[in-house]
Amino acid sequence: MERIPILKMGHFLLVTIQVDLYDRLAMDLEANLIREVNRTGAKGVLIDISAVEIVDSFMGRIIGNIASMSKLLDAQTVVVGMQPAVAITLVELGLELPGVHTALNVERGMELLQGMIISDDIIIDDDDDTFPEKGFDKDQ
Amino acid sequence: MILSLKKDLIKINREQDVVLLRNRTKEFAVKIKMGLVNQTKLITAASELVRNMLRYGGGGEVSVEAVTKGRDNGIRMIFKDSGPGIADVNKAMMDGYSTGKSLGLGLPGTKRLVNEFDLKSELGKGTTVTIIKWANG
Repeated sequence: MERIPILKMGHFLLVTIQVDLYDRLAMDLEANLIREVNRTGAKGVLIDISAVEIVDSFMGRIIGNIASMSKLLDAQTVVVGMQPAVAITLVELGLELPGVHTALNVERGMELLQGMIISDDIIIDDDDDTFPEKGFDKDQ
Repeated sequence: MILSLKKDLIKINREQDVVLLRNRTKEFAVKIKMGLVNQTKLITAASELVRNMLRYGGGGEVSVEAVTKGRDNGIRMIFKDSGPGIADVNKAMMDGYSTGKSLGLGLPGTKRLVNEFDLKSELGKGTTVTIIKWANG
């Protein structure tokens, strides 16, 4: 049976779709990817669709599902490398994929994911900083 | 008047046949020098219709045809199934309407992607959808 490989890279999962997608394959990818996010505790999912020539409403919905499900498991999804003709077709079809982050290529997608995770860390840092300040106030 | 140049029939019985249909459609589109964006729109439209055919019509047959009208070349595709038919065609053509679990973008979205779209359905007999995409349309 055909299967789309899911690679782990640090905190991220990387999926490159190199084959023609049909519905069963896309649904299996959705299930496997969510299972992997849960198993590895990944903070981000990067899906490279640069080799995909056709994204129809079903596959668009699967991509949207992956993003929503990952978010519930505390992971961000970035779709990279969409071909211009695919983008034109998706919008005309009426599928604009709200809630899915995109980047032009894998490199920028990785930067975007890293940025999202770093901004999470900064929020945590801010919390830490407030405690010494409070302690300082007490001393005064 | 529309003249047919070349025609191919593809039987659709299982999901993997969709990939075959997409590839054949692409071959035809490339042969008449259709641009990449129009190719993508046509193949996406075909992908939507063939899914409907499998899901609601239990499979069927698709004809892919290179056609010419005056100075325009194009691809005509006819999707024919012997499924239960569509009860309310007007409703089926509305954005966001679905009897299944989909988003309901399939039929209206498909219509936006092609130049000519015709849907005929008879309850209990089946559905036939004809689309044409002109190379420069």
